[in-house]
Amino acid sequence: MLIQILNGLSFGFLLFLLGSGLSLMFGLMGIVNLSHGSYFMLGAYFGLSVSKWTGSFWLGAALGGVITGVVGGLTERFLLRYVHLRHLDQVLLTFGFVYIFMDLSKWFWGGDPLSLSKPALLNGSIDIFGDSFPVYRLAIIIIGFLIAVLLWLFQEKTLIGAIVRAGVDDRQMVTGLGININLISTGVFALGAFMAGFGGVVGGPILGAYQGMDLEVLILALVVVVVGGLGSLKGALLGSLLIGMLDNFGKALFPDFAMVTIFLAMAVILLLKPSGLLGKPS
Amino acid sequence: MEALRVENLIKDFGGLRAVNSISFSVREEKRIVIIGPNGAGKTTLFNLISGNLFPSSGKIHLYSKESTRLPPYERAKLGLARTYQVTNLFFSLSVLDNVLLAMLGQSDSKFTMIKKCSALKGFLEESEELLALWNLKEKQHHLVRQLSHGEQRRLEVILGIASKSKILLLDEPTSGLGKDETNLLINSIREHLKDIVVLMIEHDMQVAFSIAERIIVLHHGQIIADGSPDEVRMSPGVREAYLGASLP
Amino acid sequence: MNRGKSIAIPLILLVLIIVPLFLPTYSLNLLTLILIFGIFAASLDLLVGYTGLYSLGHAAFWGTGAYLIGILSTRGLITNFLPLFLLAILAVAIVATIFGALATKVTGIYFLMITFCFNQVLFVIAWKWRAVTRGDDGIPGIVRPDLGISLNLGDELNFYYFCLLFFLASAWTMVRITESPFCKALVGIRDSESRMQTLGFPTRMFKLLCFVVSGLFAGVAGILSAYYNGFVSPLDLSLVLSGEGLIMNIIGGVGTLWGPIVGAAVITLLKHLVSGYTVHWPLIVGGIFILVVMFARGGIAGALKERWKR
Repeated sequence: MLIQILNGLSFGFLLFLLGSGLSLMFGLMGIVNLSHGSYFMLGAYFGLSVSKWTGSFWLGAALGGVITGVVGGLTERFLLRYVHLRHLDQVLLTFGFVYIFMDLSKWFWGGDPLSLSKPALLNGSIDIFGDSFPVYRLAIIIIGFLIAVLLWLFQEKTLIGAIVRAGVDDRQMVTGLGININLISTGVFALGAFMAGFGGVVGGPILGAYQGMDLEVLILALVVVVVGGLGSLKGALLGSLLIGMLDNFGKALFPDFAMVTIFLAMAVILLLKPSGLLGKPS
Repeated sequence: MEALRVENLIKDFGGLRAVNSISFSVREEKRIVIIGPNGAGKTTLFNLISGNLFPSSGKIHLYSKESTRLPPYERAKLGLARTYQVTNLFFSLSVLDNVLLAMLGQSDSKFTMIKKCSALKGFLEESEELLALWNLKEKQHHLVRQLSHGEQRRLEVILGIASKSKILLLDEPTSGLGKDETNLLINSIREHLKDIVVLMIEHDMQVAFSIAERIIVLHHGQIIADGSPDEVRMSPGVREAYLGASLP
Repeated sequence: MNRGKSIAIPLILLVLIIVPLFLPTYSLNLLTLILIFGIFAASLDLLVGYTGLYSLGHAAFWGTGAYLIGILSTRGLITNFLPLFLLAILAVAIVATIFGALATKVTGIYFLMITFCFNQVLFVIAWKWRAVTRGDDGIPGIVRPDLGISLNLGDELNFYYFCLLFFLASAWTMVRITESPFCKALVGIRDSESRMQTLGFPTRMFKLLCFVVSGLFAGVAGILSAYYNGFVSPLDLSLVLSGEGLIMNIIGGVGTLWGPIVGAAVITLLKHLVSGYTVHWPLIVGGIFILVVMFARGGIAGALKERWKR
């Protein structure tokens, strides 16, 4: 039972890396980014190559994140900024990137699923109350938790964080205060993309890197964001852990319809409290 | 019969009480003007009467029918119409289409999927006549977004009438209009709206006192005066609310 | 502009009726596919363009129609087309009514999310309920409709005209709908739902009706596609299909009906022709999406309307 909970948590924290960026993109910039799952996938692929090349998993993770972060930042700066508030256009634009990234990744890494090997340090299992649990998954929980704390500190305790929070509440007001919300928007988008890519690498040893991963992961990210609440970091955390648990327990208890329960949960939230569990009501 | 009766209406927004136990009823008067300083709760009151908002407590009756929690389209069936202070028209449609929609609101033809709009001869003629009455016929095929502010405010009022209501709420119809346009609009209201009950929120004191049979003064969400223009002019509470400024 | 229409429509009709007689099979099939996607894209336009409700779950109706045909026709119990069609359409109507009743409770991005969500529920059911849907293997062996007359729809030319009939009937009906008071009300709701309510319109009912009508036509497209492919799979309920429906609308230009049909033609041709030249067609197609968004606002219809104004 404990093992199941830990499993659910580890998947949940992976989802958090993915979902937090998406939530901020929705909440701060009103951007529907369908290519967010592609960032996760690209991160996994890049991380795989870099770690093979350099022999270092962590370098792979860092660079995988940075590359996707840069891609995200550039996309926001030069393209997404010009379709501010036009959701349909954003859908088309980001869907275009889904296609592009799908093709490029197939071109460079081939159509077969690839696997990332865990860093040597984190191999093996650990004994928890009599059951064995992979060290690596534990590491994911710790890393995820640390990042959540860092993000929270950033949002609550720094000036930029305060601006981001204000921007979620009232973008025009922030601009009116003379703050360069554009630079911050690019930064937030790049950060979100970085975390998605980083998450892709970190999740690599468990999920691998394969064609079709982009949409599968996007779907989960959308559920997380809706359940947790658009624009809320705490909501993204709650949502991802909840979905991680639901997914894990669902698969264990009713393997065939685990996904259906997740989507039904999403539908219930949308109908009862559309702004999500912790989102601000519109 | 009372056209409208409002009983102990209260509306809270979080910690703010925008409407603080308002009660009044409308029986024979046809021209009631609601005045009050900014933030007095006038538009909130309208929103409650029209059904765009529901009260925290209290009751509303339209033509003796309890309407407190009826959605706006049910109240329209009872004969209520309203206009908006911030122009709320169908910007991507033509002037004629705007009026046509207002007319269709009261008819079952609104659900027709197979008949063409252009075949609704009766409605189209009536719409054109109405537009002609209000001097907007030449622009009937223009899109609303192409009209001037004054013309849009006029169309706002026209939509209020087109639905053939028995009681019309006009929310600052002259908002944003210059002196001439204001006079034009008010004269049109005086001339064409003789037979229905009109409740009007108005900022311009001259206009308010010249057109009203009865004036209700709102302040901090409460009624501080309710009577004929003369009575209101004399009321000490009202003078205080307007800080001693002389009332016309 | 209207004169243009009265020349263009008979011309297009002529082309659609005569030209296929001379086309090689590959091109003929491509044209059939365009007609099917045309119905799909146009149906979505009623929701997206006219009512302003962005749906990311339109594949739900295509897929329901397609799967009903797949499931019912391969069991050998019903062979005649008419009952199969009616049952499939009934299923689509039920799904559309249930989803619509719930989805119309919200608007904007929440509507996008909930339609996506409902679509995914069906997708997962199709994937996992192997007993009925055969899961991700899909249901093969769907034979062309038996109309009860001696017309072999296995012949691609015959099947093309069969689909053309549905396309013309659907297009004509949808055009009539857009000219109706009902559709005028939908546009009113898009521009100002509050005003429409004040004027006496029960707006949620209108949105629900639009949702169901739109879903029904998408279901027709799905039914035709099941016969076209001879095969149904969870791909007929996928996010990609819903997304492509939206993309056809945006590229063609929403709110026009003909724009999305043109968009359907463009996307279908792009996918199939480009993939003949290079395996990297997603790269090219994706690039085109981005170019259209950045430089051709309002899609093809928007660009053409600009030119006609001058």
